[in-house]
Amino acid sequence: MPLYRDDVVVLRTHKLGEADRIVTMLSRQNGKIRAVAKGVRRTASKFGARLEPFMVADVQFFEGRTLDTITQAVTIASYGADISADYASYTAASAMVETADKLTEADATQQQYLLLVGALRSLSRGEHGSSLTLDSYLLRALSLAGWAPSFSDCAVSGVPGPHSAFVVQLGGVVSDALAPPGTPRLDHETLGLLSALLSGDWVTADAAGERVRSQASGIVAAYTQWHLERGLRSLEHVDRSNSTVNTNKKVPAA
Amino acid sequence: MYEGIIQELIDELGRLPGIGPKSAQRIAFHILQTETFDVTRLAEVLIEVRDKVHFCSVCGNVSEQDTCSICRDPRRSQNVICVVEEAKDVVAIERTREFRGLYHVLGGAISPIDGIGPDNLRIRELMQRLADASIEEVIIATDPNLEGEATATYLSRLLTVLEIRVTRLASGLPVGGDLEYADEVTLGRAFEGRRLVEK
Ligand SMILES: [Zn+2]
Repeated sequence: MPLYRDDVVVLRTHKLGEADRIVTMLSRQNGKIRAVAKGVRRTASKFGARLEPFMVADVQFFEGRTLDTITQAVTIASYGADISADYASYTAASAMVETADKLTEADATQQQYLLLVGALRSLSRGEHGSSLTLDSYLLRALSLAGWAPSFSDCAVSGVPGPHSAFVVQLGGVVSDALAPPGTPRLDHETLGLLSALLSGDWVTADAAGERVRSQASGIVAAYTQWHLERGLRSLEHVDRSNSTVNTNKKVPAA
Repeated sequence: MYEGIIQELIDELGRLPGIGPKSAQRIAFHILQTETFDVTRLAEVLIEVRDKVHFCSVCGNVSEQDTCSICRDPRRSQNVICVVEEAKDVVAIERTREFRGLYHVLGGAISPIDGIGPDNLRIRELMQRLADASIEEVIIATDPNLEGEATATYLSRLLTVLEIRVTRLASGLPVGGDLEYADEVTLGRAFEGRRLVEK
């Protein structure tokens, strides 16, 4: 099969030679794909903006010995322009694609593809605060990879909650009997928000106040960094300055 | 693998951007086999460029002196700054002969995934220039790609606080191309940036 075709979301790109790029994509059917887009950096390239990060495209590949080559690309959804027009959304989306890139190193499922496309779409439309969208994505992507955190029952013994001691290394909240001394405690509202972000309960999540959001973000960041070897570079650059004010609110295109 | 010094040369050449192992090998053998190739001259220029060329202390452009020739030129208008990502963008804009103001080279674009945030670029230096000088307009000329757009978004957010006119280079259809081949983002921008046909 020298030619094949798949729906992809572009994670990142690297410059190659004079005018080419290596494009890293998460695909619907074929897992993660790295392929060369020839001439894409020329202003008159036939690919234009179709192979930029956060774009969703229907792409045709030519199978190569080491790297595949992109022969055609048709846009399915273009989220990049709206995302890059809002700085907080751009930093959140960067952290999402870096997470997706790391999580799918060994095992890329169609659920990971759909989750990322959904999160980028929501971000581009400004449906929720960019910081909340990112935190929800991180929790759900980690869960799909087999690292679902527990915010109610004890992550070690399974003793029903509520528990307030949160231990990143143990996978969530643990009962008091198991909590090492000095373990940070989370209040009821923060745990409520974290559960809502994990389950996609946006009514609860959108109603959360600034203090609770920032505490939950801290937990999500610590949990993500712990599970991703070598950590995420983009996470420290995430702009959470106006997490409750949505500057990118848009009416979805008809 | 070759032995000793030849392999070392190939390895060093291979470290240069855009040069793969095959090209490195080709260049190495060109140097070895072409008697007219002036190796001494190349070595001298390499050392000289490292020694003499610095970054302009005002705008960040390449320069053999403390400030670059553009910053030193009194004929250039002192109230417009064009912000670009790299020194090579200055050369590209200079070639157009359309712009007679000053430049500011950021040293890249904001790219969190590569660990590059606003603090890693010369944004603070730009803000200082704007505070000191009598600048009336800032033209943002970052690359028309995702990172360049996001950097422009970040800069305009900062600059609107100051009372300075901020403009962005128009982006749209490449000259010499066919409309039907334009992608949605490019075509969308071209519509956004359409202008009145002069009578
Ligand atoms: Zn200068």
